[in-house]
Amino acid sequence: MALSGLDIFKLLPKTNCGECKVPTCLAFAMKLAGGQAKLEECPYVSDETKDALADAAAPPIAEVLVGQGAKEFKTGAELVLFRHEKRFVNPTGMAIMVSDAMADDELTAKVEAATKDSWERVGQQLEVKLLAVKCESGDGAKFAEVLKKIAGMSDLALMPMSEDVDVMKAAVDAVGDKNPLLYAATAANLDAMGALAKEKNLPLVVKGDGVDSLAELSEKAMGMELKNLVLDPGTRDLKSTLEALIAIRRGALNSKFKPFGFPTIVFPCEETDDAYFEGALAGIYIAKYAGIVVTSDPDAWMQYPLQVEIQNIYTDPQKPMAVDAKFYEIGSPGPDSPVLVTTNFSLTYFIVSGEIEASKVDSWLGIVDSEGQSVLTAWAAGKFVPDIIAKFINTSGIADKVNHRKLVIPGYVAQISGELDEELPEWEILVGPREAADISTYLRNMVAQ
Amino acid sequence: MAFEMPKETSESKIREVTLGTGDVKVGGENILPFYLFEGEMPNRPLIAVEVYDDNPQEWSPVVAEPLKDVLADPVAWAKKAQDEWGADLIALRLKSTDPKGDDKPAEEAAQTAKAVAEAVSIPVIVYGSEDVDKDGDVLKAAAVATEGKNVVLGPANEDNYKTVGAAALGYKQTVAAKTPIDVNLAKQLNILLSNLGVDVGNILVDPTTGALGYGLEYTYSVMERFKIAALRQDDSMTQMPLIADVGVEAWKAKEAKAPAADEPAWGDENKRGVLWEILTASSLLVAGADVVIMRHPDAIKTVRKVIDSLMG
Repeated sequence: MALSGLDIFKLLPKTNCGECKVPTCLAFAMKLAGGQAKLEECPYVSDETKDALADAAAPPIAEVLVGQGAKEFKTGAELVLFRHEKRFVNPTGMAIMVSDAMADDELTAKVEAATKDSWERVGQQLEVKLLAVKCESGDGAKFAEVLKKIAGMSDLALMPMSEDVDVMKAAVDAVGDKNPLLYAATAANLDAMGALAKEKNLPLVVKGDGVDSLAELSEKAMGMELKNLVLDPGTRDLKSTLEALIAIRRGALNSKFKPFGFPTIVFPCEETDDAYFEGALAGIYIAKYAGIVVTSDPDAWMQYPLQVEIQNIYTDPQKPMAVDAKFYEIGSPGPDSPVLVTTNFSLTYFIVSGEIEASKVDSWLGIVDSEGQSVLTAWAAGKFVPDIIAKFINTSGIADKVNHRKLVIPGYVAQISGELDEELPEWEILVGPREAADISTYLRNMVAQ
Repeated sequence: MAFEMPKETSESKIREVTLGTGDVKVGGENILPFYLFEGEMPNRPLIAVEVYDDNPQEWSPVVAEPLKDVLADPVAWAKKAQDEWGADLIALRLKSTDPKGDDKPAEEAAQTAKAVAEAVSIPVIVYGSEDVDKDGDVLKAAAVATEGKNVVLGPANEDNYKTVGAAALGYKQTVAAKTPIDVNLAKQLNILLSNLGVDVGNILVDPTTGALGYGLEYTYSVMERFKIAALRQDDSMTQMPLIADVGVEAWKAKEAKAPAADEPAWGDENKRGVLWEILTASSLLVAGADVVIMRHPDAIKTVRKVIDSLMG
């Protein structure tokens, strides 16, 4: 929670020495509160003041870095309960569970599939982030060997899972240089597991048995000066896990309850054996605050839809998703195929391209950069207007790809057709339908003529 | 320091709306969806199963295959949905009346609505083809033909709400009011309908559904904002139960339908499309949907399990 200028003033030396280049301590305090000055600029500030201010300035939920290199990812740092209030910050990290007791080929197949789980959608790279590796053998040496093998095959972040500190030490010896997330400290092993995480400076999952014991455990871990924590409430059914996720997020944001000021991890893979239900659980936890979601199946049919949900939920509501401005081939268009234009708001693109596809009329769809706005909004804002559209058409090279000069514009901007005609004298401007649902009929009629 | 869960209770609640003529009710909750630790949800969210009257031809085989015995027979389809898939409601779409398609007369479709409403014991939603002008006639005829059944007629929108609202009033039916993903437009239509004389307790709101990947986040946030306004600001015009029209939108998505042969990077299409529908439905349930309209039997089964588990 931010301190006011007056709160900060009380903590300053009040000598008005001016060495900070601000005439009075009060004025300096006001600048600090407004983020225009730094505390270090005051040479006489006490250590207690530094701590108090650092504490007050700390975000309500810590940001934790897991893994390293190309596939490292951040989790936490969330600021709101509802995405429309601002936005959700760090997209949910999807994890795939494997085990050191799996047969060699099964393990290899899963690790390879998880590593390959990467898709480009609307200009973003969507991917599985983490491999959760469970020690079921109970054998530290074997576990370390499996972890090394996995690290050799995949650059995904790793989460070694064992509550036995000796086994975890073996794991840390094997892959500790890859910033793995250690799973897990429990009421039984916190002292030793916490000490290991602290010594090696690694992120650590704290696993409770419900939210009350999680609160206690997290507070103890904070007392050990562990800062990179991830919280597992230990619940393993939908109703309890959802309630725990809400309690933790609300606790951190509304009650400023520090032990809950960390990202969370949940395990749909341990809540059910039914693949569809596991997908549904993962989907609900993505929407309701989970930082990391561990699932069992790396297959694309499961992971791709979940990634799309993460992309949707974590989109900044203030900043609509935009697709690249260029000509898209819908079907296999040729020189006689219709040419249409619309704006680069991702939904506009998806809906229009979907309707063209459904019409089965191969077409060229030109997407004009309208800063992610839909047709009417973009037109009103001057982003989808004749000179911009004309410039796009003239620089797109579409004239070389088709042997006709007919350009279809959205029905909602029928009023610009005259002016666009002047800007594009070689082209005949045709006014298309207002609603995307009517595109199919329109195109079929167009080619029939 | 022990943790005390901050509870947020509300004096306000979502209106409880009776569907059909039995004891099926929807709404009534005084909490955000499934926040059962701080209040009540006296009625479970309901699954309405889609039934079409035009023998759909262009559906993905993934969803057409399990329905192949009933696609051409809306009455058999509705019965199967009720008896085998445990539908709470039937959502009958009179798509045959679409002027861009078969353009069947309103009267003929209304007879189908009557036959379906009589064949099942669960309440029925009757949606037109969503052609603004034709729907006025179609829904009026359907209201007459199903008089006494208290069906949900819809969607009423800003251009045809007078006809649809009057039909509902005249024949004692309920109305689904649809607006394009905007809280204020939805409130405005609710006000217009109530000015017409429709009881606010007989209105459901369909805020327009964006499927996973196709605007889900907009519907998600509109539903959350609806519930927050209803419960925390006691805003009467946002206290209607919400409908999420999931099946039709989810199965429009390219990612739900494309065969793995065309899109190998997306995986097995038989499961992918079903999950697409499941994720759209379950995320909108936690956002605030009181009714989800669904299509694929496996998706319906899974979402039922979700609701069972959340209600505990």
